[in-house]
Amino acid sequence: MKQVIHIFEKEFKTYFVSPVAYIVISIFLLVTGWFFFMTFFLFNQADLRNFFALLPIAFSFVVPAITMRLFSEELNVGSYEILLTMPVTFRQVVLGKYLASVVFVVALLIPTLAYPVTVALLGELDWGPVLGGYIGAVLLGAAFSAIGLFASSLTRSQIIAFITGMAICFSLTLIDKMLFFLPQILLGILQYLGADYHFRNISKGILDSRDVLYFLSVSFIGLYGTHLSLQEKS
Amino acid sequence: MLTGYLRPTAGTIRVKDYTINEHTLEIKKLLGYLPESAPLYYDMLVYDYLDYVANMRDLERNRRISRIRGMGDLCGLNDVMHKSIGELSKGFKQRVGLAHAMLSDPEILVLDEPTLGLDPNQIVEIRDIIRRIGKEKTIILSTHILSEAEAACDRIVIIHQGKIVADSVTETLKQSVSGESTIYISLKNADFESVRKKLGPVEGIVSLMPIGQEDDTLNVKVTCQSSEDLREDLYRRIKRTSWILLELHQETKSLESIFQELTKES
Repeated sequence: MKQVIHIFEKEFKTYFVSPVAYIVISIFLLVTGWFFFMTFFLFNQADLRNFFALLPIAFSFVVPAITMRLFSEELNVGSYEILLTMPVTFRQVVLGKYLASVVFVVALLIPTLAYPVTVALLGELDWGPVLGGYIGAVLLGAAFSAIGLFASSLTRSQIIAFITGMAICFSLTLIDKMLFFLPQILLGILQYLGADYHFRNISKGILDSRDVLYFLSVSFIGLYGTHLSLQEKS
Repeated sequence: MLTGYLRPTAGTIRVKDYTINEHTLEIKKLLGYLPESAPLYYDMLVYDYLDYVANMRDLERNRRISRIRGMGDLCGLNDVMHKSIGELSKGFKQRVGLAHAMLSDPEILVLDEPTLGLDPNQIVEIRDIIRRIGKEKTIILSTHILSEAEAACDRIVIIHQGKIVADSVTETLKQSVSGESTIYISLKNADFESVRKKLGPVEGIVSLMPIGQEDDTLNVKVTCQSSEDLREDLYRRIKRTSWILLELHQETKSLESIFQELTKES
């Protein structure tokens, strides 16, 4: 467990030592801020529905950008060899890096708390869906982190890691929007696979165990895949 | 494989009572490893990096600080502790790698090409460090530079295509293979025929061979059994003639030629 924390600390610090963190955070805030407030005053409603509706798509770009360097860079520079010869297990390495990414997603969301506060000043804000939305956002970020981490463990190139991760996250987000092409029978199953579908449920303020379970299982599959891909490499 | 980076496809490795497949963690704890060309985290500060490594190796706080200080002194890193690793020169990176390997005071050090890409001064420095530590610790040094191995190691194992072709103490290795040694002589005012007549009968000589004549200087290669030193005898004989001796030197076989011989045979 100690090792996990040390790896987490190191990775998390590295984000903020290099410009990566600041670039990613500013782009994220800029994009979500712009799209949210562009229509906010037109609707004239004091809620954050539009902001949360935007999140899955924004996350499917931003989160793979956060996770892309975690393994790819180490594989490329060769420091992976150093990491593995230290007294750690694969599981500790994976968990440490995953944790760093999840906490980074949380750090990314903190500045956006300004939005609900602003909205609450302008009108009556229902805090229930907002709280649900943030819980959902963290879960969504965690699931996408696991996917991004898996993509990163596959290749030495950060760009390929980013694109692979983004492709998977993006398809998970959009899968339930493509359903009208498909026969009725598949509908239920595919809808259940959609990340956006589960996220929407939570951001309505309904914390259903099925939705939570969905994000946890996506995380688990991602992490397990990472673990397997690392074992394959040695 | 020994360091836990690769998994053996067959067979096993034993370190003390541990086997690599079952006790990977325990073995990793015993070892310090410097990979070839010391790949490192370029974004980190030297101090942060060493601190991270010390943490990962479970050193408690006080010992961590004192070990990092100690490594800073030993490897000459004190001036660069607060620079980021990416800024350092190759030599310093190598030293950071060395400090990393030795930080937890491991019983066994595995060094892969520790002097690769360094300038001669740095090579001497690193070699010095290695020899200093070698007094107390087991060091396994892997290198292609044989003079390096000769200078630093007590025991040499030569591996050719995955098979051990030689394994012995450095001195014995040098003697065992070289059954013959070579003496080079340069003479003025001499022709090969008379040289052969004069020197041929010396006991222990296997063959005499001219290897070139420039102006009036004759170069002769004398192959002889290495058990005896023939230089004295040869000199006495030359002294009696009217030749002028310009050069006479004996070549003991270098590890390079031993290596060539061993790997060619197999």
